[in-house]
Amino acid sequence: MDVIRTEDLVKVYQMGEVEVRALDGVSLSIGAGDFLAVMGPSGSGKSTFMNIVGCLDRPTSGRYFLDGRDVSGLDRDARAEIRNEKIGFVFQSFNLLARTSALENVELPLVYASNAQSARQREEKARRCLRVVGLSGREDHQPSQLSGGQQQRVAIARALINEPTLILADEPTGNLDTKTSEEVMGVFQSLNHEGKTIVVITHETEIAEYAKRIVVFRDGRVVEDRAVAHRRAASRPVA
Amino acid sequence: MQKFLTILKVGMKAIARNKMRSGLTALGIIIGVACVIAMIGVGQGSQAAIQAQISALGTNFLMVFPGIATQSGARIFTGQSTLTEDDVAGVKAECSAVAYVSPSSRTGAQVVAGNLNWGTQIQGVGVEWPFVRSWNVENGVFFDESEVRAAAKVCVLGTTLANALFEGQDPVGQTLRIKKFPFRVIGVLEGKGGSVMGQDQDDIVVAPYTTVMRLLKHSAKIDMFMASAVSREAVDEAQKEIEALLRQRHRLQPGQDSDFMIRSQQEIAATADETSRTLSVLLASAASISLLVGGIGIMNIMLVSVTERTREIGIRMAIGAKGRDILLQFLIEALALSIGGGVIGISLGVGASRFLAWKAHWPIMLSPAAIALAFGFSAAIGIFFGFYPARKASRLDPIEALRYE
Repeated sequence: MDVIRTEDLVKVYQMGEVEVRALDGVSLSIGAGDFLAVMGPSGSGKSTFMNIVGCLDRPTSGRYFLDGRDVSGLDRDARAEIRNEKIGFVFQSFNLLARTSALENVELPLVYASNAQSARQREEKARRCLRVVGLSGREDHQPSQLSGGQQQRVAIARALINEPTLILADEPTGNLDTKTSEEVMGVFQSLNHEGKTIVVITHETEIAEYAKRIVVFRDGRVVEDRAVAHRRAASRPVA
Repeated sequence: MQKFLTILKVGMKAIARNKMRSGLTALGIIIGVACVIAMIGVGQGSQAAIQAQISALGTNFLMVFPGIATQSGARIFTGQSTLTEDDVAGVKAECSAVAYVSPSSRTGAQVVAGNLNWGTQIQGVGVEWPFVRSWNVENGVFFDESEVRAAAKVCVLGTTLANALFEGQDPVGQTLRIKKFPFRVIGVLEGKGGSVMGQDQDDIVVAPYTTVMRLLKHSAKIDMFMASAVSREAVDEAQKEIEALLRQRHRLQPGQDSDFMIRSQQEIAATADETSRTLSVLLASAASISLLVGGIGIMNIMLVSVTERTREIGIRMAIGAKGRDILLQFLIEALALSIGGGVIGISLGVGASRFLAWKAHWPIMLSPAAIALAFGFSAAIGIFFGFYPARKASRLDPIEALRYE
């Protein structure tokens, strides 16, 4: 079954007198276990697409099925619940809570989960996720004590903790150098290898080539949808 | 519940992270609550003290003062007393609800004994005065009817005066001089302590009113007189009888204003109560304003905090925090600041009251109700002033919030 299926997604922003069609009829299916790279110049609509797929925003028209369920019409609270349970976010600027340990950052989604867990359970899960991204032993470090690559891996661990159906990464390597970018993409590849569905938004072709499939946006439409012929592999698989 | 506890912890951490700012914010509430507590303590304390002293005078106590004399239609106070000894005698003889009466004529004078002297008040009264005031002679005797009639130069001393002039010796039988006249001390009154207005009631010389009027004041009229009703219930009756009798004796026509004034102890108590209550309300409302200002301080800081942490709010929302989770988090922060400030303020206020009571000898009374009120008020302020910023935070758009720099 498709993890993501969109039917004719349209998003219109009203900028004063002018109507801006950020998305102009996007129909896309992403199967379970897929690794998709979304590309396109700025203003192409890829961020709007990501916001809707991430349930941060609603489409003006069209339908969006996540895990077989139509989520395009859900209200704020229902979308918050979906984000918590089904989607793991990774951002360009890491978006970790400052002056908060790596462990607590990773635990954060569990705090807002509808099925409450004890502090001990939460901590145990968070430790496991940090181990997956190769950060065992750094549980008590605060973001300011970690390198950019490590911070992004903490963010990935946070995205994993609720065992989401989809990991959504928005320019995850935008703030990282080439070497750490490779490291982070390696983490995504190994997660995908274990069966996670991953969508990465990027404007760098090299980064996109770590994925299995590339979709290119332009002026709110999908203009290209192809499989990656020569897939890059991270030289050093992490943990 | 689990979630609530975790969010509670999150809020507490945010406070602990900004110790200086949290401290200063809470300071507004601390000062406000401390002021309220101390002011209520002072207000209630003085109210209680006044009531205690007034009821110690006896609830069936009446005072009759000379009042407005009407002369050719104009209402003026002549400065001349309208009450005479005969009025007092008439009241004693004819008013059945009156148990005891005593005329009163006062003057201030320097009292000399040996090489010591003391400025005090000379109270000229009648023989029934100890019963009217329920104030007994502790040592020696009170003067009798014959001494009053003869305007004898005898006196009874309050304890303060006795100690000041005779320094531990027995004053009874000694002689002192008031305005050059020698007076024989025949008794010492029991100690009464401070009065409602804070005067020392024991700083007094009591002498026959005849002596005071003729010898010391050269006046034919008494200043006022006091009376006591036969019982507490008879106070109104006694008041009516005295009024009727005096109007008749002063030949006042119906409709004409009385040239005297009767005040009962209950009226005095009520007035004093009213006065001190007004004072309490005034003090408490002044203190409440500082509490209000403290609340505005909390709101201000919470608004700053929400803006500063927009990105944090965005992150929390992106990973699944609902509007009410964010609302709760910020409300808890505001509440913790105000309740924490409230608790510190209460202890500070209690401490300040104790200090005032000890250092300035103010009568302080701290009721648990006042403390509970201050605590409840500070919590209410936290909710009231924390709600707007918290709601603002909970309504942020996660996309916008994540983009916030």
